[in-house]
Amino acid sequence: MSPIKVLLVDDEEELVSTLAERLALRGIHADWTTRPEDALRRLEVCKYDVAVLDVKIPRMNGIELKKEMEKKCAHTKFIFLTGHGSEQDFREGSQEAGPEFYLVKPVNIEDLMEKINQLLGR
Amino acid sequence: MWFREKIRRSFQENREAPRRGSTYQFNYRRIWKLAVLLTGGVSLIPLIFITAVNYEAMRHAIESEMIFRTTRVVSNTCLSISFFVNERKSALNFIVHENTFESLNSRERLSRILGDLKRSFGGGFVDLGVVDAAGRQRNYVGPYNLGGKDYSGQKWFRQVLDSGMYISDVFLGYRKVPHLVIAVKGMSRSGAPYVLRAALSTTPFETLLSQLEVAGMGDVFMINHEGILQTPSRYHGGVFENIYLPVPKKRPNTEVLEGKGPLDEDLIIGYRYIDDTPFILMVVKKKKECMKPWSCTGLKLIVFLLVSVSVILTVILGTSTYLVKKIKIADEKRSASLHQVEYANKMASIGRLAASVAHEINNPLAIINEKAGLIKDFFTFGGKYAEDPKLMGLVDGILTSVKRAGTITRRLLNFSRNLQASVEPIHLREAILEVLGFMGKEAELREIKIHVDVAQDIPVLETDRGKLQQILLNIINNAFAAVSDGGHIDIRSRLEKKDHVAIIIADDGCGISKEDLIRIYEPFFSTKSGQGGTGLGLSITYSLVQEIGGSIHAESELGKGTRFTITIPIKSEKTKT
Repeated sequence: MSPIKVLLVDDEEELVSTLAERLALRGIHADWTTRPEDALRRLEVCKYDVAVLDVKIPRMNGIELKKEMEKKCAHTKFIFLTGHGSEQDFREGSQEAGPEFYLVKPVNIEDLMEKINQLLGR
Repeated sequence: MWFREKIRRSFQENREAPRRGSTYQFNYRRIWKLAVLLTGGVSLIPLIFITAVNYEAMRHAIESEMIFRTTRVVSNTCLSISFFVNERKSALNFIVHENTFESLNSRERLSRILGDLKRSFGGGFVDLGVVDAAGRQRNYVGPYNLGGKDYSGQKWFRQVLDSGMYISDVFLGYRKVPHLVIAVKGMSRSGAPYVLRAALSTTPFETLLSQLEVAGMGDVFMINHEGILQTPSRYHGGVFENIYLPVPKKRPNTEVLEGKGPLDEDLIIGYRYIDDTPFILMVVKKKKECMKPWSCTGLKLIVFLLVSVSVILTVILGTSTYLVKKIKIADEKRSASLHQVEYANKMASIGRLAASVAHEINNPLAIINEKAGLIKDFFTFGGKYAEDPKLMGLVDGILTSVKRAGTITRRLLNFSRNLQASVEPIHLREAILEVLGFMGKEAELREIKIHVDVAQDIPVLETDRGKLQQILLNIINNAFAAVSDGGHIDIRSRLEKKDHVAIIIADDGCGISKEDLIRIYEPFFSTKSGQGGTGLGLSITYSLVQEIGGSIHAESELGKGTRFTITIPIKSEKTKT
């Protein structure tokens, strides 16, 4: 079985890089970026199974990014991360990904692993 | 003075209020006083003035009427008496002119004349006598034996010779019955004067005077110039008695004056000197009796005035109290809603601030979490330090603290999110615990024991989380303020009428007095004024409870504690924002 490929998108470099490293330790191929355009470009090269998106990214919010990404790669599944801001964030995020795939920072790595596996049906 | 107390209470103001806001600068008691004084003055002063003028005018009219009537009685009676005396005087004059001295000296002639007089004039004439110039009674006819009597030394005899006529006072004389004498002068053929003298009984006068009906316990009688009663009176003494009243001054016409009776009562005295006689006719009335019709009407006027004044005062007091109270309530409502808006804005700002702080802290928190997590991963996956309990403990400590900080930021975010109205499913127990979470530290410090008992059968509520939590927060906050260190707060809930839930928050704190208990929901009513209380907490709580369709009820006993019961519908149909 090929390793799961995950793309992490968040404006906090320290956060995504560490998170990618931790996922890698758990046998997941995790790429990360802080820029949405970069995320779209990477999607063309490498087909990701799961994209973990921050709801709030500068220049493009997580929901829009998801829509763009879906156009390029239909099979990618999504998990949202949030600093948990407004009610609107909460509504949109949970509507888009389903409330169970909407995670509040700080994230427990085991929770994230569980959600990824759940999405991919493993 | 219950009325005064009632009014005072109805405008009782929270004396702390003006210090806090500019909306509470009205002095309602002053407005009330001003309204009462102005409307009272404008309506009562003219009424009292008109009544007083009317009262005086009426008294004056009745007094004039009384004087007029008295004058008329005196004049008419005087005319009758004058006529009576003059008639007889003229008859005697006629006799001395028609008869010679000699013929009058005939006893037969004289007794015929007396007979004629008696027949023509009715009562009055008693006897007739002829006195010669020397004063000796030459002829006499009558019931007494007075023939040959000598009158030469008497004053009246001189007066007749001088002035031709004399009318005496009433006296007893030889006859021993009250009578008066009329004497006229005649001239004999020889030129010597003589006197025709007639004695008249006073009975016709007395009959005339006694027949007069005079109002006001009135009395009609005659006195002579020395003040001796000439005819009997009803209330002022018998004939020949001295009257206690001073003899009035001589005036050509009828006069009416006021005097005092023996019992110091006011009298109205009408009098007239009867011309050519020594008599004064007097009519004496009691003023009080005469003024009776007036006092009756005056009394009616006063009663009318008093009734009108009380009705007007009642209406003015009633409407002023009602209106000023309405103004006060309107002002309070306006001011309360202003404050509520202010409060809501403040809460919204705090919410935004909390959200942004929480969000900003959350990001570095998440990084710390991941970094620490990575260290732990290295330890675990690398195996090098996996067995070192100290290092693992340190990393776990970081992770636990991050989790705790995360809980706090989440709570802050929840709080700000809850400020926006939305109906959502709520587990009552969780909502209560979340609120208590804010106060956990204080409870621990003050050793306050909080007991939460939410019944098992309480279903999931569908209501506004923010409002419910704010209600609970306010009431629990008050309970914290009321209890002393080591006190108890008991929070229970039970199902009410299937579709409502009652939340009971009881404390064993200082309690609220009965007078204060009815006012706790009033805006600005605060017993914590010195300690930063705004007096708005329960007022806002009350509105919030109403907004989610519930009701609130408080019971309290001073020194024993307070119990708030909040009843809210399980399913809030609509929430007002």
